[in-house]
Amino acid sequence: MERSKLKNIFSKFYSMSIFWPLMCLICIIFIDFLINPGFLKIEMKDGHLFGSLIDILNRAAPLILISLGMTIVIAVQGIDISVGSVIAISACVSATVIVSNGPVILAIAAGLFVGLLCGMWNGFLVAYIGVQPMVGTLILYIVGRGIAQLITDGKILTFTNKSFIFLGTGYLLIPIPVYIAIAVILVMYFVMRKTSLGLFVEAIGVNREASRFSGINSRKVIFALYAICGLLAGLAGLIICSNIKSADANNAGQWLELDAILSVVIGGTSMSGGRFYLGGTVIGALFIQSLTTTIYSIGVPPEVTLVVKAIVVITVVLIQSPIFRKMLKTNNMLSNYKAKKVAKI
Amino acid sequence: MSDNSIVLDMQGIYKTFPGVIALSAVDFQLRKGEIHTLMGENGAGKSTLIKVLTGVYQIDEGKIILEGKEIRIASTQAAQKQGISTVYQEVNLCPNLSVAENIYIGREPMKRGSIDWDTINKNAKKLLEDRLNLKIDVKKLLSSYSVAIQQMIAIARAVDISKGILILDEPTSSLDSNEVKELFKAMRKLKAEGMSIVFVTHFLDQVYEISDRITVLRNGKFIGTYDVEKLSRMDLITKMVGKEFNNIEGISKKSSESSFNAKEDSFIKTSQFGKRGTIEPFDIDIKSGEILGFAGLLGSGRTEIAKSIFGIDKADHGTLKIRNKEYSYIYPLKAIQQGFGFCPEDRKVEGIIGELSIRENIILALQSSMGILKYLPMKKQQEISEKYVKLLNIVTPSIEKRIDNLSGGNQQKVILARWLATNPQLLILDEPTRGIDVGAKSEIMKLVIKLANEGMTIIFISSEMAEMVRCCDRVLVLRDRKIIRELIGEEIKEVTIMETIAEGGISYGKI
Repeated sequence: MERSKLKNIFSKFYSMSIFWPLMCLICIIFIDFLINPGFLKIEMKDGHLFGSLIDILNRAAPLILISLGMTIVIAVQGIDISVGSVIAISACVSATVIVSNGPVILAIAAGLFVGLLCGMWNGFLVAYIGVQPMVGTLILYIVGRGIAQLITDGKILTFTNKSFIFLGTGYLLIPIPVYIAIAVILVMYFVMRKTSLGLFVEAIGVNREASRFSGINSRKVIFALYAICGLLAGLAGLIICSNIKSADANNAGQWLELDAILSVVIGGTSMSGGRFYLGGTVIGALFIQSLTTTIYSIGVPPEVTLVVKAIVVITVVLIQSPIFRKMLKTNNMLSNYKAKKVAKI
Repeated sequence: MSDNSIVLDMQGIYKTFPGVIALSAVDFQLRKGEIHTLMGENGAGKSTLIKVLTGVYQIDEGKIILEGKEIRIASTQAAQKQGISTVYQEVNLCPNLSVAENIYIGREPMKRGSIDWDTINKNAKKLLEDRLNLKIDVKKLLSSYSVAIQQMIAIARAVDISKGILILDEPTSSLDSNEVKELFKAMRKLKAEGMSIVFVTHFLDQVYEISDRITVLRNGKFIGTYDVEKLSRMDLITKMVGKEFNNIEGISKKSSESSFNAKEDSFIKTSQFGKRGTIEPFDIDIKSGEILGFAGLLGSGRTEIAKSIFGIDKADHGTLKIRNKEYSYIYPLKAIQQGFGFCPEDRKVEGIIGELSIRENIILALQSSMGILKYLPMKKQQEISEKYVKLLNIVTPSIEKRIDNLSGGNQQKVILARWLATNPQLLILDEPTRGIDVGAKSEIMKLVIKLANEGMTIIFISSEMAEMVRCCDRVLVLRDRKIIRELIGEEIKEVTIMETIAEGGISYGKI
């Protein structure tokens, strides 16, 4: 009785979209634990929590933000490859405000605002002009770092404003970026699942034409999604530059768009749009960050880091693919069958 | 000229898709050196038959015999190997390559390991001149020629690959009358050379001008093959649209003449409303509570009128009065807020949201009219969905199942439910009974009559005249994107509708 009930719960859990991403995350943390038993330890120091897990959460925060933005854009068959550049722009704008002794609140507002503006530009191109998302966001991807350099005059801006730095390095028991990430996750969940926006997004992603017949203004929705994606990239830019106490137009947020896309895919959202999974994306982002941290902490030589990352990612994507799992199963069956045949002879 | 030997013989072809029987027991015979036209309304199975023949789809049952040997056409390459080549409606070539390259792409003659350009250009020129009487510079880019010439080049390529069978799938839909003449000249020439041509078109005049025999399909069923001299236009239309009285027997017309006269309340009134190139400006007056039918063949403008009233195609001309309030344009959301609902013709593309659940599909229009912030609570969503699943008798184990797992008829009912949930005052039904089984058909017809009796205004569009005769108070007959006649009450008969459509045939030139 107990057993069948347990089995029932397991099979329900197994069929949930979050099952595979979560399994991967658990696996990698378990591997870390095997390599370094101290990995799971969390200590209390000066009223703060310390430990590798906390560190992963902290570092994953910006990635979580842009991955969430990427999720909703991908859900409508789009993509935003400019988020890395938007991070650089927002970082440079807010750093400029701070360096010129502007108020912190203005720095934050300015960073968020330029992020939003960039997102609206992308949204305008994709939704209203009808540019292919990849091409439309490629524009800002390329020109974004140029704009960021213009803002900073090609210099790396460093600052020491305590209250601004608090945003990326501060602690209230756990790091501030984690709070920001949690807040954004909650807000995104509310906006997408407690209003009808999520339904519209999925409807547009599956069949834009039929959505139009049902009265959904897909242009407005798509525009809004890119704007949100830009805003979140702006926020991520603030965290990143505050964390390293400087804004570097060339390197802030570099390659982060690729990690974000990866997080979305690992989280179970299909690149062809439709159903999207915010929870899956968060897990996906945590997985990517754990992987990066693991690679550093177990001392993989720098020249093979990317190869290791690629292998892990390929494995994860394959495990997630129902087609691949089916293939494995039938292959197993095939070899079982062959084995039986041999035994008979 | 034609020795009547049979080149291609398709026997008892069956093809089903989930929820739809696309072809059932279809026979098709093609003689050597004939032009054989395939006729049928949308969804009749013409394109499926062609796709079966060209290897895009595999048949479920039946035999395909090519020159006495039974063959299986497993892929498009296999079809080409067997000598069957096709020219599709849209030109399927590369505009950025030269004419000669387009003709020989994928099978370029080689000389010493590199492409032999001289031979390609020479052969292409010869091919176009000899077989199609077309003298053009084959080294120029394809895109520098008109669509008609491009179409001819596509045919030349197909002819060159073909070993006796050529399929032309609506090649004339984008040509003007002179270009059509040129094309027909080329077709006659090919025919004289012994080529067997399968021709698909919607234009009646062209059928009678060029073909030797006609095969009619309807709802995936084989209706018959006829010599063109022995089949009058009237008979052809009758065979195409069919007379399926039996499946809607017992459904009576909702209102008598007298009750119709009482409906003087104008719900929608258009004046010179229209869109260039889509539908000519029209004036119609839709009365509250009537069932108004739009009759006409495919492409006659029946769907286009409906789309412009619902705001899918934005009108560029005239005004629209809804309950005596004038609007110069309308868009779907506004139409829904005005109490309109629209079950579109192409259920797969315009209707269902495949990956989403039945529940989500049902509440979608209601939710979009309520906006983003007022999200229906899950309980309410389930309540609404359960209600309509029961009311419309939708067969499904759960409202959380994906809609694309349902059969065609049940999908259609879900789309109906989507609109009924918005409590509409005007429901536009564009081919609500297409591609669904007989049982579901009569259920939907009964529902339409019931709704009208409850006071809903309904615009009803169907290729099946019998359905229109059964339920419409008033029928507008369309041809060539124009309303040509209004039929009221007793005038609404299948014969009258068909005669009106057939009168003078369809002029293809000036659309």
